[in-house]
Amino acid sequence: MSALIEIIIFSAAAAGALAGGVGVVASAQPVRSALSLLLVLGSLAVMYLLLAAPFVATLQVIIYAGAIVVLFLFVIMLLHARSGEERPSKLRGQRVAAFVLSAAFYAAILAVLRTVRSAPVSTIGSEFGSAQFVGGALFTTYVLPFELASMVLIVGIIAAVVIGRPFVR
Amino acid sequence: MPLVLIIAFPLLGWLLNGLLGGYLPRRMVGVVGSAAVGFSFLIALNAVQQPERAEPWVVPLYTWIAAGDFVVRAGLLLDRLSSTMILVVTGVGFLIHVYSIGYMAEDPAAPRYFSYLNLFVASMLLLVLGDSLLVLFVGWELVGLCSYLLIGFWFERDRAASAGRKAFVVNRIGDAGFLLGMILLAVTAGTLDIGRIGERAASIAPPALTAITLLLFIGATGKSAQLPLYTWLPDAMEGPTPVSALIHAATMVTAGVYMIARLHPLFMRAELTQMVVAAVGAATAFFAATIALVQWDLKRVLAYSTISQLGYMFLAMGVAAMPAGMFHLTTHAFFKALLFLAAGSVMHAMHGAIDMRRLGGLGRPLRFTMWSFLIGALALAGVPPFAGFFSKDLILEQAFLRADGGAVLLLWMAGVLTSLVTAVYITRAAIMTFAPPSAHHVAPHEAPPSMWWPMAALAVLSIGGGALGAQSAGRPMVQGLQEFFGLTAHEGAAAPLWLALLTPAVALLGIAVGYFAYRGRRQINLGRVGTFLELEWYLEPLYDRVIAGNAKRVGRVLATTVELRVIDGAVNGIGLAAVRAGASLRRLQTGYVRNYAAAILAGTVLLIGWWLLR
Amino acid sequence: MSVPIPYYLALSALLFTMGVVGVLVRRNALVIFMSIELMLNSVNLTFVAFARQFGTVEGQVTVFFVMVIAAVEVVVGLSIIIAIFRTRDTMDIDDVDLLRG
Repeated sequence: MSALIEIIIFSAAAAGALAGGVGVVASAQPVRSALSLLLVLGSLAVMYLLLAAPFVATLQVIIYAGAIVVLFLFVIMLLHARSGEERPSKLRGQRVAAFVLSAAFYAAILAVLRTVRSAPVSTIGSEFGSAQFVGGALFTTYVLPFELASMVLIVGIIAAVVIGRPFVR
Repeated sequence: MPLVLIIAFPLLGWLLNGLLGGYLPRRMVGVVGSAAVGFSFLIALNAVQQPERAEPWVVPLYTWIAAGDFVVRAGLLLDRLSSTMILVVTGVGFLIHVYSIGYMAEDPAAPRYFSYLNLFVASMLLLVLGDSLLVLFVGWELVGLCSYLLIGFWFERDRAASAGRKAFVVNRIGDAGFLLGMILLAVTAGTLDIGRIGERAASIAPPALTAITLLLFIGATGKSAQLPLYTWLPDAMEGPTPVSALIHAATMVTAGVYMIARLHPLFMRAELTQMVVAAVGAATAFFAATIALVQWDLKRVLAYSTISQLGYMFLAMGVAAMPAGMFHLTTHAFFKALLFLAAGSVMHAMHGAIDMRRLGGLGRPLRFTMWSFLIGALALAGVPPFAGFFSKDLILEQAFLRADGGAVLLLWMAGVLTSLVTAVYITRAAIMTFAPPSAHHVAPHEAPPSMWWPMAALAVLSIGGGALGAQSAGRPMVQGLQEFFGLTAHEGAAAPLWLALLTPAVALLGIAVGYFAYRGRRQINLGRVGTFLELEWYLEPLYDRVIAGNAKRVGRVLATTVELRVIDGAVNGIGLAAVRAGASLRRLQTGYVRNYAAAILAGTVLLIGWWLLR
Repeated sequence: MSVPIPYYLALSALLFTMGVVGVLVRRNALVIFMSIELMLNSVNLTFVAFARQFGTVEGQVTVFFVMVIAAVEVVVGLSIIIAIFRTRDTMDIDDVDLLRG
């Protein structure tokens, strides 16, 4: 892949991610926010491919785009709620504080990034980031956290069932 | 037989009557209480007579305190000294318990009465048998508690309740001295074991020894009602009369005497303290006897008489005549208990009247009571061959020999003078109570059998008890104690014959004076002297105004200013500050999640900033 | 690698800040939730970028676990939102202030 193509792809994906991010935060309708989130997730999947992580990119599409965003959409449709932001906010100064603090935060992060000495990018083999490569690590070195993650999933499912049950008096 | 049982039986009686007494028939309560002490007496008899037991017999119970080198073991100690005491305590105690069955028959609170009485006996036995000064002190405090509970037994009466409080407070003053003395002893000698104190007494520096013994003596003056802490005992007569007989005449008040005898290795080495003890004893003896002359309350006469007789015992302790002192303690327990029980019998017959001006003429209807009282009175006055004669005579004789013409002779003279006054006031009391004409319209009736046979037993002891220390009978008790205290009797320098004749002569003189002065129940106006004596030599107003008045003033300031402003102010201020702080801090908890998120973000920015700038 | 790693990191920071703004500004609970997802994803991007830079597998493994936890979190979180909606009939997070001091 030539350098130019790579730059073009990165620029497009970054633009998509940023546009999606703005869409998530700024949309008046929750549905639009959800669809914007889908755009962000997709853009990030593209970036993962650029970063030699095809397996993570796949997971991103399947889990996030395929499951989580769909779940969001289901809930939005289920509640078909008002955005809840028709009335004026009860919190005075929250918006100003939010922007000031966020700007300060972004500045602080950038300042941190500037302190990081740039290390040379290591050369990697062609198999880096493949399902076999990541799976090998998951099932050997990280098998215990992997199994624990499955338990967390089960607990989450049970919790969702219990919480979501209608009230029985 | 385990020695512990002596204490265990009265304790059991206390629990039984205290917890279940309300469910028992009223007569059963008294029987249970009496039986508990009776068993205790039998065990004591058995324990004292076991020929094979070691001397002294130490029964370790458990290790109470173990802090480094300082170890206190709780245990019981039976030697000749404590043998004497446990026999007196359980023997006289048993008789008075039996007497109480009749005396308290009408009182609905009898279970409480008997449970306290049993607790008292158990505590007194613990005091007597404790093998360490600390165990002794536990008993010491417990008997103080029982005394308080029983003086205030009829607590619905204001006077009884405040008399109980007074006894408690005055005893606390003495106890402070006792405690300080004990601490000083533990620091200097490193032990509170009675056995080991004797071994180490020689190694204590003389100034420290004097300080220790003087402090301990302060404790003794509190418990044994000596000058200047005597004031509680006359008021203690507000309690039931058998209690006065048992606790405030026969047993508990002798605890101070016993404690000094117990610690004789210390006291015998402290010359100055011995002088103080002897002087305080003699002064108290005379002082209290004169006050008894002008009392109208029969029980108060006996109370001052008790203070006076305790003074004799302290005089004996002070002139290193411990056996004589213990002997007098024993005989006094007999005849003073008898006198009190007779007074109780009078009260019982007269429906509680005890003012001698309203008595009189009781000799005929209360014949038995009168004879009991007279026997006790003769013993108290020191007329031979009654018990009191031998013991008092022995004390005076020893004091005289000890004085050897020195300053102690003054104390001896005080003792002889007291003997005269004693005979006068007890004659006066006997005439006022029993001689005609009567000053009342009650038809008195003699006490029930359960009341009179303990009196009969005590009368026998008051007559024959002198044999324990009579020269002609070989002085079994005195001789034994003489060895125990390691004293060589002054027998060598035998008392002159005139001395032996002096005491009975003085007693008879006193009786004669009393008879002629008060015959026909004449009420003599002693004028200024009378007022002086009624005001307890102006000590009472002094205590009232100077000490009690100032204490009250200080207390008022503390209560109104310090308590309300400073202490309550501080407490309330802290509370108020917390409330105010909470009220202002609660605004932080807006309940809005987005506020919290903003706060988290601010914190994060600050942390990153700190990390960047550090 | 013609695009330097710091570019990815800067992009990630920007996305994260957007998520932060969303959480602080929006009142719709669902949108706040999506903003949180945005932040999670920006962090994932950082992990993958560093994994690429240092040629280690750990970054990608971590992303895997983040995704698992994110899935659980979404499930539980959404059920909580549904429960709140059911009882209080609101999606406005400012209406849920029972813990006000």
